[in-house]
Amino acid sequence: MTAFAEGISAATVREHGLTEDEYGQILKRMGRPPNYTELGIFSVMWSEHCSYKSSRRWLKELPTTGAQVICGPGENAGIVDIGDGQAAVFKMESHNHPSFIEPYQGAATGVGGIMRDVFTMGARPVANLNALRFGDPAHEKTRHLVSGVVAGIGGYGNCMGVPTVGGEVNFHPSYNGNILVNAMTVGVVDQDKIFYSAAKGVGNPVVYVGSKTGRDGIHGATMASAEFDDNSDEKRPTVQVGDPFTEKLLLEACLELMAGDAIIAIQDMGAAGLTSSSVEMASKGEVGIELNLDQVPCRETGMQPYEMMLSESQERMLMVLHPGRQEAARAIFDKWGLDFAVIGLTTNTGHLTLNYQDEVVADIPVEGLTEDAPIYDRPWTSTPKPATLKADACPPPDDLGAALLTLMGSPDLASRRWIWEQYDHSVMADTVGGPGGDAAIVRIHGTNKGLAITTDVTPRYCQADPIEGGRQAVAEAWRNLTAVGATPLAMTDCLNFGNPERPRIMGQFVECLSGMGEAGRALDFPIVSGNVSLYNETNGEAILPTPAIGGVGVIRDLAKRAHVALEETGDVLLAVGKTGGHLGQSLFAREIHAREDGAPPPVDLATERRNGNFVRTCIEKGMTTSVHDISDGGLYVAVAEMALAGGIGAALEAPHTNTHGFLFGEDQARYVLAVRPDQVDRILSQAQDASVPAQILGHVGGAGLTVNAGRAVSLSTLREVHEGWFATTLSTRT
Amino acid sequence: MKTCVIVFPASNCDRDVAVALEKMGASPKMVWHGETDLPATDLIVLPGGFSYGDYLRSGAMAARAPIMREVLKRASKGTPVLGICNGFQILTEAGLLPGALMRNAGLKFICKTVAVTVENNETIFTARHTQGQHIHIPIAHHDGNYFADEDTLDHLEGEGRVVLRYDDNPNGSARNIAGIVNKSGTILGMMPHPERSIDPLTGTCDGKALFESLVEALA
Repeated sequence: MTAFAEGISAATVREHGLTEDEYGQILKRMGRPPNYTELGIFSVMWSEHCSYKSSRRWLKELPTTGAQVICGPGENAGIVDIGDGQAAVFKMESHNHPSFIEPYQGAATGVGGIMRDVFTMGARPVANLNALRFGDPAHEKTRHLVSGVVAGIGGYGNCMGVPTVGGEVNFHPSYNGNILVNAMTVGVVDQDKIFYSAAKGVGNPVVYVGSKTGRDGIHGATMASAEFDDNSDEKRPTVQVGDPFTEKLLLEACLELMAGDAIIAIQDMGAAGLTSSSVEMASKGEVGIELNLDQVPCRETGMQPYEMMLSESQERMLMVLHPGRQEAARAIFDKWGLDFAVIGLTTNTGHLTLNYQDEVVADIPVEGLTEDAPIYDRPWTSTPKPATLKADACPPPDDLGAALLTLMGSPDLASRRWIWEQYDHSVMADTVGGPGGDAAIVRIHGTNKGLAITTDVTPRYCQADPIEGGRQAVAEAWRNLTAVGATPLAMTDCLNFGNPERPRIMGQFVECLSGMGEAGRALDFPIVSGNVSLYNETNGEAILPTPAIGGVGVIRDLAKRAHVALEETGDVLLAVGKTGGHLGQSLFAREIHAREDGAPPPVDLATERRNGNFVRTCIEKGMTTSVHDISDGGLYVAVAEMALAGGIGAALEAPHTNTHGFLFGEDQARYVLAVRPDQVDRILSQAQDASVPAQILGHVGGAGLTVNAGRAVSLSTLREVHEGWFATTLSTRT
Repeated sequence: MKTCVIVFPASNCDRDVAVALEKMGASPKMVWHGETDLPATDLIVLPGGFSYGDYLRSGAMAARAPIMREVLKRASKGTPVLGICNGFQILTEAGLLPGALMRNAGLKFICKTVAVTVENNETIFTARHTQGQHIHIPIAHHDGNYFADEDTLDHLEGEGRVVLRYDDNPNGSARNIAGIVNKSGTILGMMPHPERSIDPLTGTCDGKALFESLVEALA
C-alpha cells in the first residue's frame, strides 16, 4: 500500500511526471510521504530536463578534458583558455518545446536563458548563435513558427546589445510537430574573475536578485520532458515571458557586483527556477540551504510555496554572498532598479528547508534531489547500417547548371539573409566575420585576437547512420572553424532526440554520442558544456536525431584569417581533400532525385585532422585568404557560395565521367581554396609533403560559373534564386 | 575635446561610441541617466540601444530621464548633441528635433550596411565629408521610419537640415531621411551607426569622418 500525504493521490504523482517506482524511491529517501510542495520539487528535479536521468550514463563517456579546458560540464557553462589570462565561456541550450507553443516568447527566453548561463560565470556575452530546425516549408505552421522564432531571437538579443553572429537553419517534415530552437552564447572573462555555483560555507546569506517571481512557466521543465500531442497548445501557460530590458540591467548589475569580491557563489534561475538554483548551489557547496519564502519578491499576491519554487519567471539570479556584503551589493541593484532580497542562509543540515508564514513547508535532503536522482540505463537498439546508394539511383541531371540553381534555391541551401538581417550582428563593433561565413569571427575586445564560432550538425546523416552522423557533426564544426583560420578549442552540444523510452530512439542517442566522442577525442576538441532535449515527438513521430554542435576556436592574429568570398580574377581554385563522388544522403539526391536513402559519407578522422591542419597552415602562412569548407550540396555549391560572396564567377574543370558526383558529392574533409597563381606550386608541393590530396579545380573570373567550358550559370540568376527563397516563402504575413 | 556619453538603462552602444571617441582623441565621460548634473563638455552623445526596453515608445521614457533636463539646457546654450539610433529617437521625443521615428515599413528589425548620401557637408558633424558623398554605414533598428508632416519636411529640406539621406530607403522614411539637424546645426540625429564604421577589420570606415569633423570643429 503506497502512502500519500493529505490531498495527494496516485493521480497527482502521475500528473507530476513521476513513475510509481520513482515515487517509491522518494518515500524511501524522505522516510515519509512528501507534501504537495515537496512532490513538486522532486518532480522538477527528477525531470529528464534537470536530472539527465536517461542520458547521464552516456554523457560520461564524452571527452571533456584537455589542456585548454578550465571548466568542463556541470557548471552553468564551459570555460576554455584563450591565452593572455582570458577565457571563453560558452554553452548551447534548447528551448524547443516552448518555442513550438509560443514561438516569439519561447525563442526569446531561450536566448535570455543561455546568456544568463554565461554572465552568471562572470563573463560578458560577446556573441549569440543559434541552430534552428523547422518542419516542411509548406506545412501550415512553418511560416508562423519561423517568423515568430526569428523575431523572438532578435527581440531579445538585439535589446541586450549582444550581436547574433551566426547559426544554421534546416527544414524537414520530421520537425513539423517539434521545431528545434537551440541558442548558444559565448562570453569572455578574465581567468581570475570566474564565478562558480558552489555555495561553500555555512551561515552565509542567500540573495535573490532580478525580476519578481510570477506564475509563469510553472512546470516548464516537466513539459520539456514529455511528448506533445494534439492538445499541446493547452500548455501555453507553461511558457515563460521574457523581458530583455530587465536582463540587460541584470547583466550590468551582476558584472558591476562581480568586479568586487562579495560573491561566494551565483547561479541563474533557469529551468525549475528557485528550486534548481538553490538545490544545485547547496549540492555543489555540500551545505544545506534554508529559504524564507515570505521574502521572495512576488509579482502577484497570494503566491503559494509550490508556485514560488516552480515558477520559471525569467531574469532572476540567486547568489550566496560573503556575510556583511549585503548592503554594498544592494546599492548596486538599487542603482539598476532591480529587486534585491536576502531570502535565506546556507546551513549545515544538508537539507533544503523552506519556511513560509512561520511554518516549515518543505524539508528535503539535498542529496535526495541531486545525487540520488534516478539514473536509467535504458534499453537501446543499434540503427542498422544503410546500404550504399547505387550510382544508378542518382543519374546525372540533364543540365548541371539547372541542378545547381535548384540546389542553391532549395530550403536548406538558400541564403539566410532574410533571417540574419533581423538580428543585430554588428553591435559591440567587434564583429569581424558575421553571418554567412563558415564560422563567425568576433574580435576579443581591445586585442588583435578573435574567437571563431560556429553551430553545425547534419541530421539526415545522423538519421541514416547515427555513429557516422555524430562523427560528422563534430568534424564539420571543427572544419568550419579551421576554414576561417582558427585553431579549434572546444565545443558545446545540444542533443535533440525523440522519446528515450523507445529503444530505437535511445539507440540513436547512444550511437550519435559514440561518434561524437570518437571525433572529439581524435580532433582534440572536447565538449565542455551542453544540454539534452529528449521527447521531441508529437503523436509518436520523432524528429531526426539532431545533436547540434557549437564550436569555438581562437585566431591569435586577426590578420591571418580567411573568408568565403572569391577575391581576384585569375586566382586559382584548389580542392583540398579527396573527392570521391559520394551521393548517398546528399542534398543532390534529395532535391534532384527525391531520395533520402543510402549511407552518409564516411568520416575518416585522421584524414579530417590532416587536411584541416594543412588548410589552417596555408591561412597562417598567408598563402590564401579565401577558403570554404565543402559540405551540404558538395563542391559546386561551395564554389557558388564563394562566387556570390565575392561577386566574381569561376570556371571549373571536372572529370568527364561521374561529373555530377564530382560536383555534388558530399565527401568529407574537403575545402576549396582560392589562391594567387604564384602560390599554386608551393601549396601543391606542401600538400604532397603532408600527404594531403589537393588538385586544381579551375580559375576565378567571369560573370558566371562554368564547368568544362560549358554553358555559364550567371551570378545574377544564381543570386536571384539563392536570395529569393526566404523572401518569397516567408515574408508574406500570416 | 571633452565629451559626455549619456547612459540610459539598456543603452547598448554606449561603449562602442566611447571607443570611437577615444580613438579620435576625445576623452568621453559616461554619465548615468539618473544624474542631474553634466560636467563641462564640448559634445553630448545620446548613444544607441533600447533605453527602457523601448517600452511605451522608443526614446519616450529616456527623453524624460533626470539628466535630460540638463541636456536640454546645454543644448539650448549651443552645446552640440549627437543622437545615434535610439539617441535620434530620444532627440525627437525630447523635442530637440522635429518629427518621429516610427516602426520600419517592413515591420522587422533591419541590420545591414546601407548606402547614404551626405546632403549637407557644412555642419560640424559632416565637414570632413564632401558634398554629395556616398558613404556605406551600418543600420540596426526596428523604429527608423522617419515621419514628419509635409510642411516640416519642406522646411527641413529648404534649410539644408536633411544631412543624411538613404540611397535605397530601407525603412520607409519620409524623403529617404537618415539624419537631420536642428535649425542652428548643433544637434544631429541619425539612424545609421558611425561608431560601427571606423575600423576596416569590422566593416566600412565611412563613419570615421563624422568623428573627425567633430574633433576638428570642437577641439
